[in-house]
Amino acid sequence: MAAITSDMEVEVRRPRRSVIVGVLLVVWVAAYFVLRGIDTLVLGGQETTPLHRWLTEHRDGVGQGNVFFDAIRIAVDHFVVLLQNVISQPSFDRPVPVIGWLGVVAIAAYCAWAFGNWKVAVLTAAGLAFVGLQGLWQESMDTLALTVAAVLLSLLVAIPLGIWAGLSDRAFRVATLVLDLMQTLPTFVYLAPLTLFFAIGPAAATIATLIYAAPPAVRLTAHAIRSVPPESVEAARSLGSTRGQTLLKVLLPMSRSTVVVGINQTIMAALSMVTVAALIDAPGLGQTVLKALQTLDVGVAFNAGLAIVVIAIVLDRVTTAAGDRPWRTASVRRKVLLGVGALAVLVAIWFSRTYVWAAEFPSDVNVGSRIAVVATDVTNWVHNVFGGFTYGLRDAVTIGLLNPLEGLLTGSPWWLVSAVVVALAAVLGGWRGAVPAAVCLVLLVATGVWQDSMVTLASTLLATVVVVAVGLALGVWAGRNRRVDTWIRPVLDAGQTMPPFVYLVPFLALFGTSRFTAIAAAVVFAVPVTTKIVADGIRAVPVATVEAANSVGSSAWQVISKVQLPVARRAITLAVNQGLIYVLSMVVVGGLVGAGALGYDVAAGFAQSELYGKGLAAGLAIVLLGVMLDRITQAAARRTQNFQNRGDKR
Amino acid sequence: MTAQLEYPDLQDSDALLSVQGLWKVFGPKAQRVPRRPELAALDRTDLYAKTGCTAAVRDLSFDVAPGEVFVVMGLSGSGKSTLVRCLTRLIEPTAGRLVFEGEDLRAADEKRLRALRRSKFSMVFQHFGLLPHRKVIDNVSYGLEIRGESKPDRRRRAQEVIDLVGLSGNEHLYPEQLSGGMQQRVGLARALANDPDVLLFDEPFSALDPLIRREMQTEVVRLHREVGKTMVFITHDLSEALKLGDRILLMRDGAAVQLGTGDELVGAPADDYVREFVRDVQRADVLTLRWIARRPRDGEPLDGPELGPDVLVREATRLVLEADRPVKVVSNGTLLGVIGDEEILAVVADN
Repeated sequence: MAAITSDMEVEVRRPRRSVIVGVLLVVWVAAYFVLRGIDTLVLGGQETTPLHRWLTEHRDGVGQGNVFFDAIRIAVDHFVVLLQNVISQPSFDRPVPVIGWLGVVAIAAYCAWAFGNWKVAVLTAAGLAFVGLQGLWQESMDTLALTVAAVLLSLLVAIPLGIWAGLSDRAFRVATLVLDLMQTLPTFVYLAPLTLFFAIGPAAATIATLIYAAPPAVRLTAHAIRSVPPESVEAARSLGSTRGQTLLKVLLPMSRSTVVVGINQTIMAALSMVTVAALIDAPGLGQTVLKALQTLDVGVAFNAGLAIVVIAIVLDRVTTAAGDRPWRTASVRRKVLLGVGALAVLVAIWFSRTYVWAAEFPSDVNVGSRIAVVATDVTNWVHNVFGGFTYGLRDAVTIGLLNPLEGLLTGSPWWLVSAVVVALAAVLGGWRGAVPAAVCLVLLVATGVWQDSMVTLASTLLATVVVVAVGLALGVWAGRNRRVDTWIRPVLDAGQTMPPFVYLVPFLALFGTSRFTAIAAAVVFAVPVTTKIVADGIRAVPVATVEAANSVGSSAWQVISKVQLPVARRAITLAVNQGLIYVLSMVVVGGLVGAGALGYDVAAGFAQSELYGKGLAAGLAIVLLGVMLDRITQAAARRTQNFQNRGDKR
Repeated sequence: MTAQLEYPDLQDSDALLSVQGLWKVFGPKAQRVPRRPELAALDRTDLYAKTGCTAAVRDLSFDVAPGEVFVVMGLSGSGKSTLVRCLTRLIEPTAGRLVFEGEDLRAADEKRLRALRRSKFSMVFQHFGLLPHRKVIDNVSYGLEIRGESKPDRRRRAQEVIDLVGLSGNEHLYPEQLSGGMQQRVGLARALANDPDVLLFDEPFSALDPLIRREMQTEVVRLHREVGKTMVFITHDLSEALKLGDRILLMRDGAAVQLGTGDELVGAPADDYVREFVRDVQRADVLTLRWIARRPRDGEPLDGPELGPDVLVREATRLVLEADRPVKVVSNGTLLGVIGDEEILAVVADN
């Protein structure tokens, strides 16, 4: 026997990755019970580190002293104030804005009609009248002024950049790289560092919005220019067009509808960022929601959230209609009507400057307070009827899952957590995952908000698990069934255009203020994008492959698990990646409703000047968490891709 | 390298457009391929394996006479579309000379080239290359617009060519509202609008239905008769080439295989490739008596009817078969040969 065994070649197999991961986790838990409470880097709510104090001291040094940033801030501030003077704030020694509500409604409806069609014009007028009736006219106009300012500035930067990237291959490659990187950062994190340069206020809010909202316009402009049929460009050249003529008369007109899609995305992104920017004192509806959330006034928060949704729907519909408009130039009849309409708009503006009723939105019919009361009543009713269930669910999840996970992360020594994370990153993604993870963890320790970061990480991980589970189920369902897809996709699209704030309101009503509320809101916020990516991945599996699997008699489950999911693996890792980033940004916003941790630190930093430095450090910690999770999942995705390639070659 | 020197029936001086040793090579360091004979001699696969380059046009030389319809024919991938784009440097040639009206086109700067494209050359594209956001009339007047003509002038000129190509009444429609054939008429009108000396056609009718295609071919023949422009016509369709072309250049893998009139290609194919290419042609419709006349046999009666050498076989068939003696082929009083029943039948029965 001995002879036989010695002759046999002992095959040394590397254990499967899932086994290594499992072993790592078990070792971690075991070590946790031994090392609990050592080196956990606790930092109390009002405590700060020297770094935080240094940042607080230098708060004004960078921004105010610097001529360059000051010039930008003053210019942007003036622009925003100008727009506010025109439509929202009392100005030029008058108690009302330059143009009263009637004028604004008329102008908006006219633009919607001229660029889109009469249906969206009616929608626009109705939508604006509705927010006026809600008693939120001035706040809505502030939001609109800020959005318009940010969108105009975004397009001023984005369209030329997009054209450049459309014409030059090199510029295209650089732009794609930079935009990909920008998209991995959670929206929230732009705010903190920007306040360092541009001080708290509308300027920083506008610039943050600009950074967040410009990428889609750059991307889609470049894409549009690149998709113009080469023969049309060649035809123009063959007739002797200069480069400028080709651009102005051929490329730009032919890219119009795609560029408008980009503008649509820019506007939606701007609106959602402008509301979030309430955290750095941007005026408007975001402020109303924020204050209501902080005082737990669900009714008022719902009313203002509803106004945001209405404005979002109006902006989305109008720009979509503008993109769908065919090439044709206006008929004579339409031209006459447009002229008459313009006259009517001028009359409306004159009215709104002359009569008080047309200048200030009448306050006698205030639907808003009624909506708030109803919302509060419904909330109370839900509390009474379902309170037992929802609170029970919340407590069960919190005690059963969230607390142990959070305890494990916050209770372990920082070096133990770091070691485990780096080891996991190495197993899943190789050195490409491990090195960025190690760097991010070291920097996280340096920010001084280690423990809060771990609390945020716990919520993020738990929410991501739920998001991926739900997203996979829905995505596979929609990917395999066309009818489900056509039914589910508009809902997902609508979900993605809503500003993140809005999600918090109903969950606040259901679950009260807690970490669980933020997790639930994050799940709802992140599921649409995850589902979409998974569905597209499943749909991209070649029909022939699925038919082949069916023809050998696979069951539906076998087709899903053995064919569709493995082939769509790349899309699924991308879905996990995007889900993580979306969840992270929402969990941070959830700091406002009791999720605490990093989100709360940032919000407190904006609110209390002595905590400014800590807020900034927390903002940085969010970036680090985001980059770390992104790098690890990207590296893992690349790794699985490599395995596939190697398999193909064999 | 086979064909271009065999038909020196045009002197340089009376050529409108002269192409000499033209090369277009795609790929890394393309310049070296035409310069180094050992690379220039490689065939497609070897060249790609050795240099990563593809020669779309290889050492082409030909002249186009004023008023001529010059057809470039070849299968897809033979480099004919690249060739036509090289003629106005829409694609920059790698090597060779391009002489137009005595001017070296390759030496022209950007500005001069634009001026030439605005007034001397026009091109018609396979997929039309129309501007979907402009009405028919604005598409047609595009070339006039960019060279800065006033609106009334370009409207008037655009209307003229719209009438010429049979588009009257459709001026204010958009391209997407027209059928493919009508869209190509817009492309044709646009090319004619700036009154060029040379019209370049890049497979203009291959995206159209067979019926419309034939109609458009007839249209081009008519236009050529009416406006008398020089035309360079790219096609992969032999019957189109035979129908339109005064002379035909047959290309394969970027190189010239044969250059000649339609009946020369059919009657005297340069190699098996050409022979294979023209195999299915109705020879009686293409060949003239010149190609089938033979030396009279001893004692053959030479008092039969007389015909010219450029009469098509199809047209002579009845006369030859009805005559009781061989038909004489006579050019300027000289007897080129005779044709009897068997020569005629050999061609007609071949179909």
